[in-house]
Amino acid sequence: MSDEAPEELRLADHRFFRDMDPEFLARLTEKAYARTFEAGALIVREGDPADEFLALFSGKVALEIIVPDRPRTTVQTLGPGEVLGWSWLFSPHRWRIDARAVKPTRALGLAAGPLRQLLDDRPADGYRFLHRLLPVIAQRLENTRLQLLDLHGR
Amino acid sequence: MGANGEPPGPPGIDRPPGIVPVPFEVRSRTGETADTVTLDLAPRERRGPLSFRPGQFNMLYVYGVGEAAISISGDPAAPDRYLHTVRAAGKVSLALSEAAPGGVVGVRGPYGTGWPVRESAGRDVVLVAGGLGLPPLRPALYEILRERSKYGRVELIYGAKTPKDLVYYAEIQGWRQRSDLRFQTTVDTAGRDWYGDVGLVTARLPDVRIEPANTVAFLCGPEIMMKLTAKALVARGVPADAIWLSMERNMKCAVGLCGHCQFGPSFVCRHGPVFRYREIAPFLAVREV
Repeated sequence: MSDEAPEELRLADHRFFRDMDPEFLARLTEKAYARTFEAGALIVREGDPADEFLALFSGKVALEIIVPDRPRTTVQTLGPGEVLGWSWLFSPHRWRIDARAVKPTRALGLAAGPLRQLLDDRPADGYRFLHRLLPVIAQRLENTRLQLLDLHGR
Repeated sequence: MGANGEPPGPPGIDRPPGIVPVPFEVRSRTGETADTVTLDLAPRERRGPLSFRPGQFNMLYVYGVGEAAISISGDPAAPDRYLHTVRAAGKVSLALSEAAPGGVVGVRGPYGTGWPVRESAGRDVVLVAGGLGLPPLRPALYEILRERSKYGRVELIYGAKTPKDLVYYAEIQGWRQRSDLRFQTTVDTAGRDWYGDVGLVTARLPDVRIEPANTVAFLCGPEIMMKLTAKALVARGVPADAIWLSMERNMKCAVGLCGHCQFGPSFVCRHGPVFRYREIAPFLAVREV
């Protein structure tokens, strides 16, 4: 883990933040910090405080479900251009899943508290931010529904 | 249909009367996964070279059991390896998957339209396969790779249930090594021993490096997967005219007579199985079709 932001990582270059209002993006950029994870590192753990939002720039992250007496199961992987985490946005602000780096992974992070405050303080920008986040959630919900159908197993 | 209106027989074989299967011998049987095998079939009486177009299928008949439509999964340039990849999903496919070398299977075909491979020269090509959708696409990939310089970027996305359900496992390791083919594999779920992607094939589409307006896409797999993939490609800017889907319906006669495989105004066996997305998109939205 590193707290020093390498110059080459810029929120503006990330798919999620692309074409965002420049002034709002500048405020977010001020708060962003670099994160790096070695392969195998646990990034978030189910039940722990959801204290940041991560924009992935390289590597691969597995979202894992732990079920007693069953092997750890990966239900989705995330890669460059994708974002990790929305549990930070809603009470009780606890992670609902494990996330582990499958490969060495680089990301920019935004601390949950200041990010929530910024979204609250600027409701129009906050609304537009949610407009970007909700399709991500909807896409993952759709993925989960289709996985439940076991389409390839038939 | 033949010149006299009769259905086509296996190329190189005397045209059978009507829709009578011709005996082929199982030359080899290769296990792909726990429930999927690839059969190499050879005509018992050879009278000329076999031929087929990528995307076509044969009706394979297990004597005394029944018949099933199975795509031809081999190389069109090497049709003497008449390959059919079969998953044991029902009575006939189970019997086919258990066919031993030396056994005899009835074959009639090849039937149907194929992928517009040669017509796609000069364009980027995206192939998206879900589950057992890879076998019908493999002949198209062989043709593209054989004349690779004629095409732009070539991307293949292959989704399966788990890593153990990936067919042609050894061959796809070779595809991964190629610098002129970008190959992404994703599975629905996996354990910690899988370092690839997990999720739907549609989640891999944003990573595809193409020039959308000059791209052609071939999709084969579960219908809902193809529908979502086609929509995502259109949203990306790929023309609906340039997206092709291989449809699956309950085929019986395979010559457009019985109507079992009717899909809207078309018979999948005769007008398909490969359709242009723009033409069938309205019917994909009709639940009753």
